[in-house]
Amino acid sequence: MATTDNEVKELIKREYEHGFVTEIESETFEPGLNEDVIARLSAIKKEPEWMLEWRLKAYRRWLEMDEPDWAHVGYPKVDYNSISYYSAPKRKEDMPQSLDEVDPELLKTYEKLGIPLHEREKLAGVAVDAVFDSVSVATTFKEPLAKAGVIFCSISEAVHDYPELVKKYLGTVVPQGDNFFAALNSAVFSDGTFVYIPKGVRCPMELSTYFRINAANTGQFERTLIIAEEGSYVSYLEGCTAPMRDENQLHAAVVELVALDDAQIKYSTVQNWYPGDEEGKGGIYNFVTKRGACIGKNSKISWTQVETGSAVTWKYPSCVLRGDNSVGEFYSVALTHNFQQADTGTKMIHLGKNTTSTIISKGISAGKSSNAYRGLVKFGPGAEGARNFTQCDSLLIGDRCGAHTFPYIESKNKSAIVEHEATTSKVSDEQMFLCRQRGIDPEQAVSMIVNGFCKEVFKELPMEFAVEAGKLLEVSLEGSVG
Amino acid sequence: MLSIKNLHASVEDKEILKGINLEIKPGEVHAIMGPNGSGKSTLSQVLAGNEAFEVTSGEVTLNGENLLDQETEERARNGVFLAFQYPVEIPGVSNLQFLRTAVNAMRKHKGEEDMNAAEFMKLAKEVSKQVDLDPAFLKRGVNEGFSGGEKKRNEIMQALLLQPKLAILDETDSGLDIDALKVVSDGVNALRSEDRAILMVTHYQRLLNHIVPDYVHVLAGGRIIKSGGRELALELEEKGYGWLGIKDEASN
Ligand SMILES: Nc1ncnc2c1ncn2[C@@H]1O[C@H](COP(=O)(O)OP(=O)(O)OP(=O)(O)O)[C@@H](O)[C@H]1O
Ligand SMILES: [Mg+2]
Repeated sequence: MATTDNEVKELIKREYEHGFVTEIESETFEPGLNEDVIARLSAIKKEPEWMLEWRLKAYRRWLEMDEPDWAHVGYPKVDYNSISYYSAPKRKEDMPQSLDEVDPELLKTYEKLGIPLHEREKLAGVAVDAVFDSVSVATTFKEPLAKAGVIFCSISEAVHDYPELVKKYLGTVVPQGDNFFAALNSAVFSDGTFVYIPKGVRCPMELSTYFRINAANTGQFERTLIIAEEGSYVSYLEGCTAPMRDENQLHAAVVELVALDDAQIKYSTVQNWYPGDEEGKGGIYNFVTKRGACIGKNSKISWTQVETGSAVTWKYPSCVLRGDNSVGEFYSVALTHNFQQADTGTKMIHLGKNTTSTIISKGISAGKSSNAYRGLVKFGPGAEGARNFTQCDSLLIGDRCGAHTFPYIESKNKSAIVEHEATTSKVSDEQMFLCRQRGIDPEQAVSMIVNGFCKEVFKELPMEFAVEAGKLLEVSLEGSVG
Repeated sequence: MLSIKNLHASVEDKEILKGINLEIKPGEVHAIMGPNGSGKSTLSQVLAGNEAFEVTSGEVTLNGENLLDQETEERARNGVFLAFQYPVEIPGVSNLQFLRTAVNAMRKHKGEEDMNAAEFMKLAKEVSKQVDLDPAFLKRGVNEGFSGGEKKRNEIMQALLLQPKLAILDETDSGLDIDALKVVSDGVNALRSEDRAILMVTHYQRLLNHIVPDYVHVLAGGRIIKSGGRELALELEEKGYGWLGIKDEASN
C-alpha cells in the first residue's frame, strides 16, 4: 500500500556499545613500515631466525603488489606509513603466568565487552583466547585442553613451542603472495591464535578468541592457524570489537584452516568492529583473508559469519576442497547501515571427486549502506560429480541502500552441478503494519523480521552465540525505523 | 464503545471516505456490506491506523478516547484488532514467535509479566484447535504458503488469542469452503461478548446466517447510505444494490 520509506525511515542514531578506550600503559611503535620495523617486531617477540626470514620475504613481495580495487567498495587510500605496526599493553614481567597476573584494567575491558575471561565467570565449556591490539593476553582452560592433547595458544607461543607444526602449515593455505593484504599480514602479523587438534580427538569444548583494537593509529594484523588431524573435530568462534575513533583503522587478518582425512572444522565469526558514526566518519577497515583447505578425504570445513561492524569489509572465507568427498559450507549474515560498505562472499574451489559445497548468504542493507555478495564456485578437471548449492538473499530496509550480487562460476568438469538461487526483498509496509496492528513495537518488528530472514544462518551458530548474534542485530538496527 | 463522526479519509489525494457516521455499543455486531471499491477496507484500515491513509476530518473514539492521535500499535494495545482481507506473509518468522511477541506486547502494556514459552504453547495449541488449524501451522512462517482459507482462520485465531475490545473483520468469510465458513463463524461467535464490539465486512448474507448481526449497513461511495437490521442483508441479496440508487458493482 504505502511505500517502505514511510514506515521504515531513517537508519541512524545507533549507539555503538563497545566504543570505550582503555587507559593502560602500552608500548607502541612509531608509525611506519620498513625492514627494520619488521626486525624489531620479530625481536620483541624473540622469534627464531626462520620466522624473521619468512616475514621479510613476505614484505618484499608486498612492496611489489598493488592494493586491489575491484571490490564493490570505495574508501580513501590507506597510507601504510601512518600506521603503527605494533602496540602491546606494557607488562611488568615478561608474560603473565596466570590470569591473576593480567593487568586488571585489561580484565575490566574484557568484562565490559562481556567476555568471560575468568574461569569462574566463563560461559560453561568455552575456552577463550583474548587478543588485545597486537598481543595475545590470556588463554583460559589450557589444562583440560592439554589433557585432550589439544593445543590452543597464541601464534607467538606456537612459533616458540611448536615450530615444526607452524613451519609445516603456515602459509600453505594462504600463500604469502596470495593478495595484497595477505602479504602485508605475513610480514607484520603480531599475534593470533594457534589450534591443533590431534588425530581422532573431538575437542572437548568450543574454542574462542576475542579480538579488540584499543590503541589509536594501530593496525591489527592477527594470524590464525587451525589444524585438525585425521578424524578430529573442533568448533571455533571469534568475536571482534573496537573503540569509537574518528580515524579509520586497519584490520588485515589471515586465517588458515587445515582439515585432514575425516576431520571437521567449524569456524564461526561474530564481527562487530566499530562501523563509523552516522555520517560515515571513522570505523574499521576490515580486509581479511580466510581460507580453509580440506586436504583430507571426507573432511569438512564450515564458515559461519555474522558481520555487523566495520566501515568497510572485504572478506571471502573460502574452502579449497581437495580431498575426495570433502564438504565446504559458508553461512553468512552481513548487515550494513548508515555508510557501511561490505563486499563479502566466498570461494568454493572443488578439486576432489564428489566434493560438495553449500553457500547461504543473507545480506541486509539499511540507511545509505551498500552490501555486495561476491562468490566464486570453481570446479577443477578432477571434480567428478561435484556439486554446489548457492542461495543469496538480500533484504532492504528503506530505499537509499543497495544490494548487489556477483556470482562467478568456472567449471572444467562437465559432471559438476551448480544450483543458484537469489532473491531480493524489502521489509514492506504491509508487514510492518501487520506487526504493529498486533501491538508490536516497530523496532521489535524490524528486528523480528530480520532475524527471521537470517534464521538459516543463525541455526548454524553455537547456541550461546546464536542468541548473541540475534541481540547484536537488534542493537545494530536501532534507529532504523522512523 | 466505538463512535465514528463525519470521518473523511483519502489516499494519494483521492477522497475515499466521505463522511462516515457510526456508533457501536459493547456487545453489538455490525455488518458492513457494499459494492467493491466503496471504501469498506479503507474504513477498516483507517480505524486500525494504517498510515497509507490520511484522515482529513472527523472524529473516532473508542470508549471515549481519541483513536486518531494514537499510533497503530497503541490502538492495538488499547483493544483494536483488524483481521485483514489480504493477510501478508512474513517469511522466516514463525507464527508461534509472532503470536507470542504480540501477546507479550499486550501483556506488557497491561503491566503483566511475559508469558513463558511453555505456557504460551499450550494456549496457542488450544486456540488453533478452536479454528481447526493443525498446530503444525504454529511452526510455519507467518502466513507463509498458507492457503486463502488457512490465512483467514489464522486471523481469527489471532483475534481469539488477543481478545480485543473492538474486532474489525474484513471479509473474513471470503474464500472459505462451507466447513471453514462454519469454523470461522463459530470462532467469531466465540468472540461475541457483552464487552466486545464486532465490525464485520462481508459481501455475503450467508455469513449472517451463522453470525447474526444486530445491525447491517450499506457503504457506497464512501458513505453509509442505508442502515437496518438483519433483514436488510436478505433484501440486498434479493435485489442487489441497484434499488438503493447505486450501480451494482458487487454482482458483476
Ligand atoms: N493505496 C491505495 N492507492 C490508491 N487507491 C487506493 C489505495 N487503497 C485503496 N484505494 C482505492 O480506494 C477505493 C476503496 O478501496 P477499498 O479497498 O476500501 O474498497 P472495498 O470496499 O474494501 O472493496 P472490496 O469489496 O473490493 O474489498 C478503491 O477505489 C481503491 O482502488
Ligand atoms: Mg475490501
